[in-house]
Amino acid sequence: MIAIVDYGMANLRSVERALLRAGGDPCITSDPELIGNADSVVLPGVGAFCACATNLKDSGLEEAVKFAMDSGKPFLGICVGMQMLFEESTEMGITPGLSRFDGRVIRFYENSAAPPNIKIPHIGWNILQPARQSRLLEGVPAGSQVYFVHSYYAVPSDSQLVSAVSDHGESFCCAVERENISATQFHPEKSGSVGLKILQNFVNWRS
Amino acid sequence: MLSRRIIPCLDVQEGRVVKGVNFINLRDSGDPVELAARYDAMGADELVFLDITASHERREMVVEMAAMVADAVFIPFTVGGGIRTTADFKRILRAGADKIAINTVAVEHPEIISDAAEKFGSQCVVVAIDPRMVGRYPDGSPHWEVFVHGGRTPTGLDAVEWAEQVEKLGAGEILLTSMDRDGTQAGYDLELTKAVSNCVSIPVIASGGAGTPQHCYDVVTEGCADAALIASMVHDGHYTISEIKQYLLDRGVPIRILHEGN
Repeated sequence: MIAIVDYGMANLRSVERALLRAGGDPCITSDPELIGNADSVVLPGVGAFCACATNLKDSGLEEAVKFAMDSGKPFLGICVGMQMLFEESTEMGITPGLSRFDGRVIRFYENSAAPPNIKIPHIGWNILQPARQSRLLEGVPAGSQVYFVHSYYAVPSDSQLVSAVSDHGESFCCAVERENISATQFHPEKSGSVGLKILQNFVNWRS
Repeated sequence: MLSRRIIPCLDVQEGRVVKGVNFINLRDSGDPVELAARYDAMGADELVFLDITASHERREMVVEMAAMVADAVFIPFTVGGGIRTTADFKRILRAGADKIAINTVAVEHPEIISDAAEKFGSQCVVVAIDPRMVGRYPDGSPHWEVFVHGGRTPTGLDAVEWAEQVEKLGAGEILLTSMDRDGTQAGYDLELTKAVSNCVSIPVIASGGAGTPQHCYDVVTEGCADAALIASMVHDGHYTISEIKQYLLDRGVPIRILHEGN
């Protein structure tokens, strides 16, 4: 069973249905025991980083999520669910994350003016550029596009963590992977057939 | 590089697609799920469902429709038409829609934009703006006034100023429909689209007037739109989405092309 962590944020049904279509057996849950017993865990997240981080803490599921990551079972963070794996975000002041990975989450053009043709939020389809071998992105054709909706992105301190980048005027990390933990800034559940392929890879990922 | 989006818009009444979508072998089918899946397979980047159901009770049907569409397609879709409260937002988002478009209610109660953005995130708040050119300012620049209630009621609001306002309130995108061009298939209002797009930093979806691939090209280049909403030109079967996308791609516009074998 794939546990989709329900901490009161996000359109979880999209993630659930896409995992189902990809051949998985997803279950939306806010039960720490169920998350503990799951074969794999998905941490989604939309909206503001601090709202997600606060809700995750208040829901009492932060420990269960950390435990899942430590347990070695396949783990997938999506969008803010990826951002929260890092130390902190600069969205609305500084908000701490789960600090699973070193690095911070910053805004597009945080320290400079965006060129006139660059809109923020970054909404729409953009090219996924694999940075190295990745279990999650295996078999995804070169030049494939995936769906993004965000204004902030993670900057891992260790560039070895980065499994794919994309470009919105500036190049940014859009997927990370290390051991059992993977995460995407884009929404595989909204990325059509390419996204379903990525979710299939996750469904077939055995610890 | 971010692709320009091609977004078919479907009018929905009582949970059924109306205003004839005429695909070959699919004449008069009003099944939103079948049409959504068809457009998804053809390469649509997103979908917009505009609910034109008049009565209140029938709003349940749009929630039901959103749930069924979300079961069948895995690209983003927006639901608009008749949304009045953040409770409406919640129900339709929970059913599986990604974004909600609001129009009249945003003008009457602008605080719904910030309320919804705070509760559900800016990314799902699309403000639809329906301007009509009503004259020119003393400096010669066009004066576009915002209309509501399906283009029937003038508001006194200047479209460009209203666009800036909705961005400040927390809108994530603007769906800009030229009332002067809507239904004409004579091309988008490039001047209006450019004026609005250049005064906000959020994406602008241009709508109203699309009749040929050239129109789509013009609006995402000269018109500075981030996305082009299309209706009759594909519903009537005059063009396919892949024809439009190929046309744009051949002229150097970044576009998402589906890969074989996926």
